[in-house]
Amino acid sequence: MSDISVYGEGLVKNYGKTEALRGISFLVNKGEIFGFIGPDGAGKTTLFRILTTLLLPDAGHATVEGFHVVKDFRHLRTILGYMPGRFSLYQDLTVEENLKFFAGIFKADISENYYLIKDIYDQIAPFAKRRAGKLSGGMKQKLALSCALIHKPEVLILDEPTTGVDAVSRREFWEMLIRLKNQGITILVATPYMDEAILCDRVALMQHGNIMASGTPDQIIASYPHRLFSIKSDQTLELLSLIRQMTGIHSAEMFGGNIHVSASNALTGIKEIEDFLRSHDFRHFELEEISPGIEDCFIDFMKMNQAS
Amino acid sequence: MKQFVIKEFLHIFRDVRSMVILFGMPLVQVLLFGYAITNEVKDVRVSVIDQSYDYASQAVVNKLFASGYFLKGEHINSTREIEESFRKGKNKMVVVIEPGFAGKLETGQQPTIQLIADASDPNTANLLVSYASGIINAYSRELVPAGNIPVIVPESRMLYNPSLMSVYMFVPGIITILLMLVSAMMTSISIAREKELGTMEVLLVSPLKPFQIVAGKVMPYVLLSFINAGSILILSYYIFNVPINGSLLLLLGETILFILLALSLGIFISTISNNQQTAMMLSMFALMLPTILLSGFIFPIENMPAVLQWFSLIMPPRWFITIIKSIMLKGSGIEYFWKETLILAGMTLIFILASVKKFKIRLA
Repeated sequence: MSDISVYGEGLVKNYGKTEALRGISFLVNKGEIFGFIGPDGAGKTTLFRILTTLLLPDAGHATVEGFHVVKDFRHLRTILGYMPGRFSLYQDLTVEENLKFFAGIFKADISENYYLIKDIYDQIAPFAKRRAGKLSGGMKQKLALSCALIHKPEVLILDEPTTGVDAVSRREFWEMLIRLKNQGITILVATPYMDEAILCDRVALMQHGNIMASGTPDQIIASYPHRLFSIKSDQTLELLSLIRQMTGIHSAEMFGGNIHVSASNALTGIKEIEDFLRSHDFRHFELEEISPGIEDCFIDFMKMNQAS
Repeated sequence: MKQFVIKEFLHIFRDVRSMVILFGMPLVQVLLFGYAITNEVKDVRVSVIDQSYDYASQAVVNKLFASGYFLKGEHINSTREIEESFRKGKNKMVVVIEPGFAGKLETGQQPTIQLIADASDPNTANLLVSYASGIINAYSRELVPAGNIPVIVPESRMLYNPSLMSVYMFVPGIITILLMLVSAMMTSISIAREKELGTMEVLLVSPLKPFQIVAGKVMPYVLLSFINAGSILILSYYIFNVPINGSLLLLLGETILFILLALSLGIFISTISNNQQTAMMLSMFALMLPTILLSGFIFPIENMPAVLQWFSLIMPPRWFITIIKSIMLKGSGIEYFWKETLILAGMTLIFILASVKKFKIRLA
């Protein structure tokens, strides 16, 4: 029991007639990075607001570090580090003033906890006198993370921290999260980016207020039931409508410039697809068998959910 | 808590709009009301139709024009021309003296003087008529020895503002309006801004208690509003020579009470509005307009329909204006307005309790 950091059971939240959370349950162990992966509207923000004591669940209950999110909200508010999805610092205050303010309201000593944010804050320290509103997206997120960390929280809850941030800053941000995890802080991250899932220790795939699957990224990928092929062509759209007519195909989806085709049985292989395409006068394509990514799994779960 | 207050000051000083409202407004308002929007009577064009033209009627006419309020306007010969001269704007008032004025006075009859004023501007017309009647009454008292009173003399002395300086009346009103504006509107907007920008979400997930958030918000405004009130007093004292006849300490004390009331109102408004726009509109309609219209600042409460008179009872500014007028102009002490003070204190308490109760410790 002492290994569990966050625990949710049967959480339900409705906004009027909209069902934001439809009874989700999960466990987050101490000191791990747990990712809630899902598109906008999956219920991630609602879930995080319940965990940060900002919203009351309509049903179910949740605890963070053993404290009940409804009854013990006063205590929880001292041990949580929360970074909302929207940039929520004071844009008219400078970087330094923001940090001082958040240290102040948590009665934290900046110099005492500086080691926690050193790696992050050092990068924005040259702009200490700049107003927060004038920072770039990546730097804003670093500042927000610094402010969320300055009181040395036991659990860090980050709602889409990398949305709207460039690829380099995203990578840096994740490197920081992994360092923080090594300091023993439990981290909950919500993100719509599937490629960030593999950086988490464990993930939950969310859609329409449900958790479709959860586990380590490897477990989720291993559970993918189909053989998967990637086809590259300069006539992607024609190829897509053609391949969907082939028997023995489970699904075909666009993935960037490529098409990912999953087979409905083990008999469908490279050769069969190749023959099918050639028999329809399709010559210019590159075909290979690939191992699935989280996104393939996500789409597969989504389809299963829709079918059922 | 200390950090919170520092942050609040930084917000105010870095926002041009706040700074203008806070420091430009008092200056502009005082000067505007003091100089431009005046309903003083000075050099108004008045014409006389003297149908008796005897020593007594001429004496009255001389008294009128010697007062300094009136200037000789376009000359008219008969009462038929009055309307046209009003229409052309040549005269604001016409004084008609009936024939045989001196004779009637001597025989103890009551001669009449007709005062016809252009009431398209009712406030000015009122003032003109009362000024003129005042002058005529004074004259009739001069004529008739005490004990034998042939002319009925209604005494209408202008108490506390003998020269009817409008600026004396406006200063208490301006102080009230500005305190309302600065305190209530600015606090309600600044709390609503935290909600709108999402920073309230972060504040809530912190050990800060609602009381601390509210107090941290309010403290800078108490100080700034107080400085504001002080600067208006200084401005009006030195530029318009508005007297402070009563105790300055008492005046400042009552001002602080009113500031607290306005702030608690502002907080209350912010607890029921989710963005700056709503907070602004609510403060505008719920506070500013009633403050100006129903507090007795511009329109006398006694002249309002009964419903509005009752309504004005719940207007905090009404009570505060009464208090500061008493202190500044009459120089009276707390024994004369402890009731008003108590009402203000009660309202403050109600609003503070209501806003603490309504303050959301969670989102939505």
